[in-house]
Amino acid sequence: MIKHETVEKNIGLMVLLIIIVISGGGLAEIVPLFFQASTTKPIEGLRPYNAVELEGRDIYIREGCHVCHSQMIRPFRAETERYGHFSTANEQVWEHPFLWGSKRTGPDLARVGGRYSDDWHRAHMYNPRDVVPESKMPSYPWLFEDKLTGKDTAAKLSVMRKLGVPYTDEQIASAQDDVAGKYEIEALVTYLQALGKTHSVYNNKR
Amino acid sequence: MSAFWSAWVTIITLAVIFGCTWLLLQTRKGETYKEETEETVGHEFDGIAELDNPLPKWWFQMFMGTVIFGLVYLALYPGLGNFKGLLGWTSTNQWEEEMAYADEVYKPVFAKYATLSVEDLQKPENEAGLKMGQRMFANNCSVCHGTAATGAHGFPNLTDNDWLYGGSPDALTQTILNGRQGAMPAWGAVLGEEGVRDVASYVQELSGQEADADGAARGKTQFQALCTACHGADGKGMLALGAPNLTDNTWLYGSSFEQIAHTVRSGRNGVMPAHKDLLSKDKVQLITAYVYSLSNK
Repeated sequence: MIKHETVEKNIGLMVLLIIIVISGGGLAEIVPLFFQASTTKPIEGLRPYNAVELEGRDIYIREGCHVCHSQMIRPFRAETERYGHFSTANEQVWEHPFLWGSKRTGPDLARVGGRYSDDWHRAHMYNPRDVVPESKMPSYPWLFEDKLTGKDTAAKLSVMRKLGVPYTDEQIASAQDDVAGKYEIEALVTYLQALGKTHSVYNNKR
Repeated sequence: MSAFWSAWVTIITLAVIFGCTWLLLQTRKGETYKEETEETVGHEFDGIAELDNPLPKWWFQMFMGTVIFGLVYLALYPGLGNFKGLLGWTSTNQWEEEMAYADEVYKPVFAKYATLSVEDLQKPENEAGLKMGQRMFANNCSVCHGTAATGAHGFPNLTDNDWLYGGSPDALTQTILNGRQGAMPAWGAVLGEEGVRDVASYVQELSGQEADADGAARGKTQFQALCTACHGADGKGMLALGAPNLTDNTWLYGSSFEQIAHTVRSGRNGVMPAHKDLLSKDKVQLITAYVYSLSNK
């Protein structure tokens, strides 16, 4: 028999019991995922983002695109009709960090690659209302002025490699030259056009 | 999931549920009073004392309710390792069922129109088909071409019966399925700034705008050397290449002198993305019919 008083008056015991209770969820739900093929093995034919796409991805994060756009198509018909095949964990094993997002003010972008032309993306980033009058997305004109130096690109690729992304020595060596001098908008559009295009396993026809 | 991880998940999940329940029941046994009383636990601070009451019944019952809910849930749905749950539910088969149901409902609707030609779909009795096309246009095409299909700077107006690649049903279907790639080269390096401005003047003259006559006269020679291969000797364009007619008043990238000069100098490479991997044939058929209807009322 444990008296409530016993727990209340022994802070050590209470801490122990609290840790046991709250770690239960993490141990059962999260830890096994680190050891499952379905979450750790990349989907067949997956390629990592190249240097330019990776820089574009960093701009995507910097500008907070993930705050309004998800990259997670859920397995509901309403979503797969609009966006293509639902997202799966094995497409995302090289995403550090994940950009699933948690809310959609704008549409999901997990498979936006190839859906619109580069010109459209550029016009849309410069002033969304030029192409979609109803849009309330902000404008990003500075992306057309600022250029990438590529100074940190090689380091970024190396870090990604440490995290398990299979970048080759050649890719890391040429990373800076690949991106240096490109406008930020070019990198971002290149990244957007790669979304959903890094493998071709799924049929996205609706 | 391997047997080890399956057991890991199952044991931890059940241990947490039963452990919490056990702790609750144990502490409940240790309560001094089974009913609410005026008795305090015995300590007092600044006249504030703590009543020694049992756990409120509603709270206890709610807790037990969540325990029962959790156990029932784990029995019905997958949650305990490899145990699939009595209902056999997965998110994938739920999605497959949804798709199968939609197929059953919508397949016959599409099938009704699939055998009709684009021209036949214009008939009043097939209005519902055109409306479906319009709705799919709104979902898939309006982002570039506008909700009214009137286009935007760089994105063609589809309502004016003026076509870069042709407005026949076949040409439209081809455009939607395989996309189009505009190929106006940049002539800035070849022509030099002077030459660019001369050609722009000539193009303005071609389209009946007011233009600098001297520039246009010089530009004409350049135009005939460089531009006629795609735009034709008379500047009326070529559908096979998507080269626009320069003698009319339809302008994809603007008709001002500066805009035309920019086009000549830097080129234009408008892209219509291919939709063959995105849209089924039946849907493309109805979208084609809708776009066709905009120029063939």
